[in-house]
Amino acid sequence: MLEFFQQAVNGLSLGAIYALIALGYTMVYGIILLINFAHGDIMMVGAYVGFFSISLLGSNILVAMIFAMVTCAVLGVLIEKIAYKPLRNSTRIAALITAIGVSLFLEYITIFLLGATQRVFPASAFPAKYYNLMGIVISNKDIFIIVSAVLLMIVLHYIIKRTRTGKAMRAVSLDREAAVLMGISVDRTISVTFAIGSSLAAAAGVLVGVYYNTINPLMGIIPGLKAFVAAVLGGIGIIPGAMVGGFVMGILETMVSGYGSSLYRDAAAFGILILILLVKPTGLFGKNNGEKV
Amino acid sequence: MLEVKDIDVYYGAIHALKKLSITIEKGKIVTLIGANGAGKTTTLKTISGLIRPRSGSITFKNVDITRTAPEKIVAMGISQVPEGRRVFSAMTVLENLEMGAYLRRDKKEVEMDMEKVFTRFPRLKERRKQLAGTLSGGEQQMLAIGRALMAQPELLLMDEPSMGLAPLLVKEIFEIIQDINSQGTTILLVEQNAHMALSIADNAYVMETGEIVLQGTAKELMNSEEVKRAYLGG
Repeated sequence: MLEFFQQAVNGLSLGAIYALIALGYTMVYGIILLINFAHGDIMMVGAYVGFFSISLLGSNILVAMIFAMVTCAVLGVLIEKIAYKPLRNSTRIAALITAIGVSLFLEYITIFLLGATQRVFPASAFPAKYYNLMGIVISNKDIFIIVSAVLLMIVLHYIIKRTRTGKAMRAVSLDREAAVLMGISVDRTISVTFAIGSSLAAAAGVLVGVYYNTINPLMGIIPGLKAFVAAVLGGIGIIPGAMVGGFVMGILETMVSGYGSSLYRDAAAFGILILILLVKPTGLFGKNNGEKV
Repeated sequence: MLEVKDIDVYYGAIHALKKLSITIEKGKIVTLIGANGAGKTTTLKTISGLIRPRSGSITFKNVDITRTAPEKIVAMGISQVPEGRRVFSAMTVLENLEMGAYLRRDKKEVEMDMEKVFTRFPRLKERRKQLAGTLSGGEQQMLAIGRALMAQPELLLMDEPSMGLAPLLVKEIFEIIQDINSQGTTILLVEQNAHMALSIADNAYVMETGEIVLQGTAKELMNSEEVKRAYLGG
């Protein structure tokens, strides 16, 4: 039983990271019906910005995170304006292929500029401490990851539920044309969505650095795909779904690693995707209303 | 107040509006009637800036708005109650009304206007915390009208407000339209229910396949043999 709770705790911090990434996928999908396959790579860029602000500027982890979030917010908005906006009225497959192109671009421009070797996230930025809670070992890293992810989700929830901009985002996602008739600028709303989604990914990138200690230019691919599965699991386009889906994926992955073999953890993640698509394609929180109009 | 002049609108190769001209004077109710597919909704969408005409011009209060962004057109004082109501189903009644006032920064006045909407539609007040998607068709129509009024429009474009409503409700909606007009808002009303529309309008246009085929005062059209035969079931 203790082993089970230990795995669950480990899974929570991984799940918090997946949830943060999944939120960006789902928000962008909710607004422009695009699976932004470059999203995992934005997370990678965030990890690098965090890495350099710690190693070069000597900033602490919180400052590094804010720095990464701001940089990636700008990056996300630029990607949308340059790559996706011109395709807004073309087929969805064209935008999807472009997203894969942007993903490859971010990966290989990073390799070109910074090299392909992995870098060790400075341990000094986050000296590890371990606490024993009734037999369950929890590190200060886990606590930091979970607390910061949950705080960011609370802030996001507040923005979406309470602010004028958040309400406009929901309106655009529900009915774009009706939103325009309210005087809402769709361009601006899409930009804000990309900015928020990308900054959450950047925060996740820094947290991945803290969690795994190493970063590399291709680090965004697998967590990106798993977060995508998490978003589908929760119901793509549904924000609470992405949060729950992320935590489920994280806990499942550590359970499979802990009780089975870590060789199977990726297979389990994508097995979930296949299962969801077979059994309930709209996801846990999705209502079956066919194609969104 | 609004002058639509010789606009041509295309959907790909389809010529949807052909040299269409409409004039709306301040304070009036003008109605645009015609069969399904005549181009009535397209006309309203073009005025709101959702569709761009290929040629012709639209002027509102002597300003050319032919190429103005839709959100600017709203800011200038043109609101629309779109066809099929199009309320934000997963948002509350209150949030829907807030969206109507999206461009306004005068918080106090917005609150006063919200109270006015609630006085006009007491049922919306009872249901203000409810999701719009859970309202009945009539309530959704009232919400769509209330939402458009929250923008303080000088010109209100209404697309088939009676569609899908029970006869008693249709009567109520038309009374509301007259009341909104009597408080100073100019109205362009698109309707399939020609009889009701003509009975409250000052002026009317009849559309067929993208063109205005008849125009005049509502009274003249009500008595026109052609209109009687084609639209009033006489």
